[in-house]
Amino acid sequence: MSVLLNKDTKVLVQGITGRIGNFHAEEMIAYGTNVVAGVTPGKGGTKHLDRPVFNTVKEAVDATGAEATIVFVPAVAAADGIMEAADAGIKYAVSITDGIPAHDMMRVKRYMLRYKKEDKMILTGPNCAGTITPGEAMIGIMPGHIYTSGDVGVIGRSGTLGYEAASQMKAEGIGISTSVGIGGDPINGSSHKDILELFNEDDKTKAVMLIGEIGGPQEAEAAEYVKKYMKKPVVAYIAGLTAPKGRRMGHAGAIVSGKGESAAEKVELLKEAGIHIIPNPSEMGSKMKEVIEKHL
Amino acid sequence: MDIHEYQAKEILSNFNVQTLDGRLALKTSEAVAAYNELDTDVCVVKAQVHSGARGKAGGIIVCKNDEEVRNASEKLFGTYLKTIQTGEHGKLIEKLYIESGCDIDREIYLAYVMDRAKQRIVIVASAEGGMSIEELAAEKPEAIKKVEIDPAVGLTGFQARELSFALDFPKEVLGRAVQLFMGCYKAMVDLDMNMLEINPLVLTKDQNLVALDAKMSFDDNALFRHPEINELNDNSQKDKREVAASEHDLSYVGLDGDIGCMINGAGLAMATMDMIKYCGGEPANFLDIGGGASPERVGKAFELVLADDNVKAMLVNVYAGINRCDWIAEGLVKIIPTVDLKIPLIVRLSGTNVEEGLKIIKESGLPIILADTLKDAAQKAVDAAKK
Repeated sequence: MSVLLNKDTKVLVQGITGRIGNFHAEEMIAYGTNVVAGVTPGKGGTKHLDRPVFNTVKEAVDATGAEATIVFVPAVAAADGIMEAADAGIKYAVSITDGIPAHDMMRVKRYMLRYKKEDKMILTGPNCAGTITPGEAMIGIMPGHIYTSGDVGVIGRSGTLGYEAASQMKAEGIGISTSVGIGGDPINGSSHKDILELFNEDDKTKAVMLIGEIGGPQEAEAAEYVKKYMKKPVVAYIAGLTAPKGRRMGHAGAIVSGKGESAAEKVELLKEAGIHIIPNPSEMGSKMKEVIEKHL
Repeated sequence: MDIHEYQAKEILSNFNVQTLDGRLALKTSEAVAAYNELDTDVCVVKAQVHSGARGKAGGIIVCKNDEEVRNASEKLFGTYLKTIQTGEHGKLIEKLYIESGCDIDREIYLAYVMDRAKQRIVIVASAEGGMSIEELAAEKPEAIKKVEIDPAVGLTGFQARELSFALDFPKEVLGRAVQLFMGCYKAMVDLDMNMLEINPLVLTKDQNLVALDAKMSFDDNALFRHPEINELNDNSQKDKREVAASEHDLSYVGLDGDIGCMINGAGLAMATMDMIKYCGGEPANFLDIGGGASPERVGKAFELVLADDNVKAMLVNVYAGINRCDWIAEGLVKIIPTVDLKIPLIVRLSGTNVEEGLKIIKESGLPIILADTLKDAAQKAVDAAKK
């Protein structure tokens, strides 16, 4: 088991014929991901990377039974691409695009509410590196080889910091069940808490690493969930202890604009919830090892 | 992106929000002329800087005649206004807004914010105007009214009426209040604002609702569809290093330390800064070179970090996913001979094409200090900066 994605998941690539979509679709296929088709409006009926290309997501889903999608659509039209996937009955979508207007994402989130719970699509991102179930499949832009299969679930707002965590864990001999990038935008598809819920119910995941950062209420919300419901140990690092208030640190969502949004305040909240805090980013692997040895 | 008060008021007046008559002045003579043009005895001379809390910092001066306007202008022009929001250096006053006075009955706090927990626009309002929302939240949380807006429907009439009654507006201004709440919502959505604050909104003695101040912040990611807003940008209000960075589409935040940072990915950049601090140093900047950085982009970023005279050592930390370590290395060995590098440079490369990258650096013969891990890199940078 794993969450969101395994080797059998049928994956679509929206924007497969574009430069970036093409490059990463190739990488995903090479990793073993079951990429069944691509979507590019106007190129339906052609083939790309030996997969059929469709004009619309709906046609692609009807013809291939695709369950998941990765949306490589530029920021201007990315929100539309995500809504198209939701409407076509896709169960899981990853949005990689950086720079989607926040008002567009508010509309996307509102649009996704129109489906019944069982028909609702899960979205992770935007502005993320994607999701990988090591040894099985990846929907994203990460270097697959740095991940080893194992039983720690990873949730992170940052791509490269997630790579850092994966390689530190690999060096300690710790593998990953699934690593999920939730992205650095202020309005995103899934929160830390949403993914914690999935890991909590996943048999293969024995512990979770949460990589947060300054800005927004998501870590506080995660802390509350962990305190009440989490059955597995959670280890967390919050980036941005040195970040000044009111400044946007690269990610559109990484800005301390109110109470409880600084790294120091978040660390306190997580600690109170019984989460193991990683004191500095060079100890992500060693702290996880220590917690596993003590608690599992 | 932030804009000035006078610009925000011009926008508001296009959305049916009443503001007072005012003129922009770029020098003292213009300020005096503006005062004489306005149909008012009392005017307010207001420093136009990108910051709130200008009044407490001395940036807003009430004047009653020519002489007072002249004195106020001379005092403000060309100085740096230091508020609780601007930091140590303050912000340069190059523009003044000369505005008519009015007879105030009551002050109200009104803001539209993007609520990240609810993922919707929420109106935050209070009949206790004149205070900052932080003060209000701490001292009188019960006085804060909130209205959550469904993006599919927009602000409804009944929500606007409820808010008007909750703020105790007399029934005579109900229509005007609804119009104002609706206008602000439309402005926020039409122009992709992250935040719109009117503090204070005033009820005048003659029963008008007037925006006495206005603050707007726009979503940078949506500026592509609002060229007219993009033109309101004022670089004089920003850190010079950040202006140079934005010209190359690099994400940079200037800080006060002495270790220059060049990193890929915002999270890793913040983590590297944290690590520097943990090792006893202070970062000079945040800099994310982004994904797929070409050697040219690496060169530009490098020059940018070095342009800061405070930098005593430089740390490059790249974990390449879509980036390629060989491109980063190539960019570095090309730029270094052209810049007369006088400070130690520490480089840590990981991920895609790391062997090729390290090979390029070693074969270049340049005095680059290589590091294996994040900790090793930060420690070496801190040690080098202290020497």
